[in-house]
Amino acid sequence: MDILEISDLTKTFGGLTAVEDVSFRVQEGSISGLIGPNGAGKTTIFNLITGIYKVTAGEITWRGDPIQNLEPHVIANMGITRTFQNIRLFKRLSVYSNIITACHGNASYSIADSVLKSKRFRTEEKRLREDAVSLMKILGLTEWQDHVAHSLPYGLQRRLEIARALAVKPKLLLLDEPAAGMNPDETQQLMHHICRIRDEFGCTVLVIEHRMDLIMGICENIVVLNFGKKLTEGPPKEIQSNPQVIEAYLGKEAGISA
Amino acid sequence: MDWFYVKGILILSGINLMAVLGLSLLTGFTGLFSFGHAGFMAIGAYAAAFIGVNLRLPLIVSLLAGGLAAGIISLFIGRLTLKLKGDYFCIATLGFGEAIRLILDNVQVFGGARGWPGIPIRIDLWNVVLINLAGIAFMISLVNSRHGRNMIAIREEELAAETIGIDTFKYKMISLFTSAVYAGIAGGLVGYYTGFLQPKMFGMTKSTELTIIVIFGGIGSISGSVLGTLLLTALPELLRAFALWRLVAYGAAVIFIMISRPEGLMGGKEITFKGILRAFGFGHKHGKAREV
Repeated sequence: MDILEISDLTKTFGGLTAVEDVSFRVQEGSISGLIGPNGAGKTTIFNLITGIYKVTAGEITWRGDPIQNLEPHVIANMGITRTFQNIRLFKRLSVYSNIITACHGNASYSIADSVLKSKRFRTEEKRLREDAVSLMKILGLTEWQDHVAHSLPYGLQRRLEIARALAVKPKLLLLDEPAAGMNPDETQQLMHHICRIRDEFGCTVLVIEHRMDLIMGICENIVVLNFGKKLTEGPPKEIQSNPQVIEAYLGKEAGISA
Repeated sequence: MDWFYVKGILILSGINLMAVLGLSLLTGFTGLFSFGHAGFMAIGAYAAAFIGVNLRLPLIVSLLAGGLAAGIISLFIGRLTLKLKGDYFCIATLGFGEAIRLILDNVQVFGGARGWPGIPIRIDLWNVVLINLAGIAFMISLVNSRHGRNMIAIREEELAAETIGIDTFKYKMISLFTSAVYAGIAGGLVGYYTGFLQPKMFGMTKSTELTIIVIFGGIGSISGSVLGTLLLTALPELLRAFALWRLVAYGAAVIFIMISRPEGLMGGKEITFKGILRAFGFGHKHGKAREV
């Protein structure tokens, strides 16, 4: 079943068309990739899905309902969340605080409850703490829990951002270049984590990445963008041997000899 | 120094503290700068005095009514300005504060610029302290709940806060409303302590003073706000010896402290009972001061 459907999506900034008539579907429970050279419009598509940008034309459908132009927090609460290419953690907060803040949707106590320390406040707050602790355990962040986010090594910051996104209990997780700046070892770990997230959280994953080893290693379906348009779509094997894709990344053979 | 003098300074600190606690939530925890909080104090002061004098209601009811009046006005302001990004909100509050002062200067109902004398004096040290304790307790509960964490998230990284499902506009409104209520109550206290109100008391200088105290105490720290208020309210009094140069010395002292400790007195940390016990060698060794 398709969980997300994007049809004829267009976004223009003034006279510049960043995304033009892009259509693709994301299957529930899949890990899909979104690739393309720099400036192809990948991150713009993420910003459109999460409501950060307003759509110029086209439709984004989430489980059959149109969601384009909703507020980002509404979309997040429907079960779509993301990480950012340039990490956006709550920098001065500890790892634990970063995660427990994102767990807020799993509690519903009011301000009055928190002032009166009602039973509801205590039980729900306890549950939030447990949620945060278990997420730290799953992503191997427990030993770092008291460290301030911006003091973490780069790979761990990326991992913390994923943990924070998972705290929202998403049905669809959008990862924007999760392996950027990681060494091969960290990338291997990341691939392992992404697969685990899909299996253990029942979460669909859509990932933007330039590291082809990661994309080819974990994605079931890959969408290729070039200059704001969809070039092609298919499983990794097909994409690897597609002459159009090779041309977009490396240029034409004839161009070299000319 | 006689007790009457010291008591006066303590009461003034207590009044300032209410306004600073509110502003601390807005600036220190939510990351929104306001240079018009004296405007909310003014609304609270006049509303509380008006209700108390004309309807003969008990002190606490009048103060709460003053706070509520400021809170309601803040909702209008917030609706209009909180969608603005960054510094624009700050400028809007600056204009708001000045507008309130000018309106009160020119509307003759409350005595205009001449002021409003003869408000019954109903404030003593004990009730200021009680009100402060309640204010601090409420604020601590708020910032340590999920609601407080959501506000801190907005201060740290607004876009990320949105993408984890926080309605940032709503939480900014709650933060502004709460801080305006605190400022309104502080304003009410001013009227019932001095027995006299004048729009001039609630000018830019007052707003700036409040912001300075919040930053001085340390962004995102309630204990910092308390310490900052006590120190900076007492400081001009300690500098009486400088006579004419008093405010210059005050400014120099603030600048000196901010240079030597840019993160503020508490630097986002809190003084907690556990922390105090630990400092004296009790309790767990492994613990650490609470994060911002």
